[in-house]
Amino acid sequence: MKRQGIAEALRDAIAEEMERDPRVFCIGEDIGVPGGWGGAFTVTLNLEKRFPDRILNTPIAELGFFGVATGAAMMGMRPIVDVQYSDFLFLASDQIINNAAKLRYMSGGQIRVPMVMRAPVGATGRGAQHAQNMERHFIGVPGLKVVAPSNAYDAKGLLKAAVRDDNPVMIFEHKLLYGSKGARAESGAVDATSDIPDDDYSVPLGEAAVLRPGRDVTIFGWLLMAHFAQQAATKLTAEGIEAEVVDVRSLSPLDWPTLVTSARKSGRALIVEEGPKTGGVGAEIAAGLAERAPKVRIARLASANIPVPFSPALENLYRPNAERIASGARRLIADGRET
Amino acid sequence: MNAPDESTRRLALLERMIAIREFEDGVRFLFLEGSMPGTIHQCQGQEATAVGVCAALRADDFITSTFRGHGHALAKGLTEQQLLDELFGASTGCCKGKGGSMHVGDMSKGMVPGIAIVGGGIPLAAGMALAFKMQRADRVVACFFGDGAVAEGAFHEGVNIAAIWRLPAIFVCENNLYGASTRIDLVMNNPRISDRAAAYGFFGETVDGNDVEAVYAAAARAAARCRAGDGPVLLELLTYRRTGHSRRDPCAYQPAMERKEWTARDPIDAFAARLQAEGVVDAESVERMRAQSAQRFAEAVERARAAPQPSVDELTTDVFAAEAQP
Repeated sequence: MKRQGIAEALRDAIAEEMERDPRVFCIGEDIGVPGGWGGAFTVTLNLEKRFPDRILNTPIAELGFFGVATGAAMMGMRPIVDVQYSDFLFLASDQIINNAAKLRYMSGGQIRVPMVMRAPVGATGRGAQHAQNMERHFIGVPGLKVVAPSNAYDAKGLLKAAVRDDNPVMIFEHKLLYGSKGARAESGAVDATSDIPDDDYSVPLGEAAVLRPGRDVTIFGWLLMAHFAQQAATKLTAEGIEAEVVDVRSLSPLDWPTLVTSARKSGRALIVEEGPKTGGVGAEIAAGLAERAPKVRIARLASANIPVPFSPALENLYRPNAERIASGARRLIADGRET
Repeated sequence: MNAPDESTRRLALLERMIAIREFEDGVRFLFLEGSMPGTIHQCQGQEATAVGVCAALRADDFITSTFRGHGHALAKGLTEQQLLDELFGASTGCCKGKGGSMHVGDMSKGMVPGIAIVGGGIPLAAGMALAFKMQRADRVVACFFGDGAVAEGAFHEGVNIAAIWRLPAIFVCENNLYGASTRIDLVMNNPRISDRAAAYGFFGETVDGNDVEAVYAAAARAAARCRAGDGPVLLELLTYRRTGHSRRDPCAYQPAMERKEWTARDPIDAFAARLQAEGVVDAESVERMRAQSAQRFAEAVERARAAPQPSVDELTTDVFAAEAQP
């Protein structure tokens, strides 16, 4: 057992999978330059020393290297693709959506694309083009699985499950949760460390996790919002409100049994999302809960419908925080009493 | 004079080109009579590019194709029946009716289902070549695309990566002078597409794409270069799109004189004439090839019309590979 942050846990997961399976390789920008950074957030730091032929540094060409990874996966390799900032996925999206995700179906099942894509998200003092939450753009793509780990245990386990899955899997990671060290450390970082077992393990794709039980309201969140939801729940406890917190974790497919069971328990669901409210993942969760559990009162708390602003003052207003989440939960409970 | 096996090889080139022509003409008729669903992009007049390139490849080499892929498929060994079943949307088609005309392919025969986004197959092919290199497999991939694709970012990103990593990929540009209705001189200042290889530091050449033997020879050189580890090749094949871009396009934007000149340079007629002049084949044998292809097509059409359509059970299958790796 050892205590690790997400960046370290992912690094170990990647190394262990590469050790286990010679078909696994990493591809991306600046991921293995000696003297470099190990990717934008140190996840692949020094792996090029252990795997000199399987850490492939690419030109700045997201469309190109996502396509290259897709083609290699089709031919039996198992690439892990690193994009420095998830915002750049728009550049690569033709290869991800039109090729990687669809080739199996349009070939009538002839093709497998066992490919893992790792993409950092989150408002972190970088303004509009390096800090979006891109989850919304990929959850509705048939043929693609999408996960978003909030802690190091899940990050390692989900990455291993993704590498061993025969389908394209997008892993969204949050910049404030990596625990990156040295020059690549983030200000405002949140502790997402976990106790990591010594033995091999994986976390199944497709499953949500109940982080704490509660009977009055369920707060659904993922990535950074799962942490803020827990902080909000702690505040609410002092007021006698017991909030259940669910880490949605698997964004596609959504784990409906867990989500619905939790929502029904209290009859109140507060869905918290970093990112604009309109067209978000929260909209899909809200609609799905409404269809499956029509008696549950549902509310969403998300960012304003604006690009990510730079000014720290504005960024703090943009991103839901523990206080706003607690207020949202109180409001939902109060509204419930009124009806 | 030709050695017997050399004659056989050359006759096979002719036979494949004729088979493609008969197929495409037959499919065109089926569309015009309204019995075939969807849309089509045809390749009459471009048979030499598909046949010349694929003849230079081995069975376990791969090709990627485009929305205009019927000829590539027949050249890489798919049968008329597999294709027609797919074009009729039958569950017995090469992609179980889930691909259609723009996505024909058969991985067991070395053809990735057509990538119908212009340029989309180029990075993909580079990645396939990367896999071959990492696996130390003695295989190459030939990636077909049109002149329109070289304006796409995917072309630049894909060929650059193939060049820096010296990947065994032949980038085959079928320059048929038109991207949809737009002539190449409206969209590029340097119409010599093979020049672009030099910009990325790899080898490119331009070849008469209506001369199947010139194409074959160039593709064979390119494949040898790839297998020797000397990296990718950009092969520009000059040809002409005498069909519309897709069905019911009358090509009113193509000058009559241009059409006439290129029609006079028909790749099948030219090669048949050469073989006849060299005494490899006689007119009667050529006609027999045509009749056999037409007969095979007609029989395949009848079976395809009666082939089973996919059922509701097949609607949501093949989205995900079911089994995770151990």
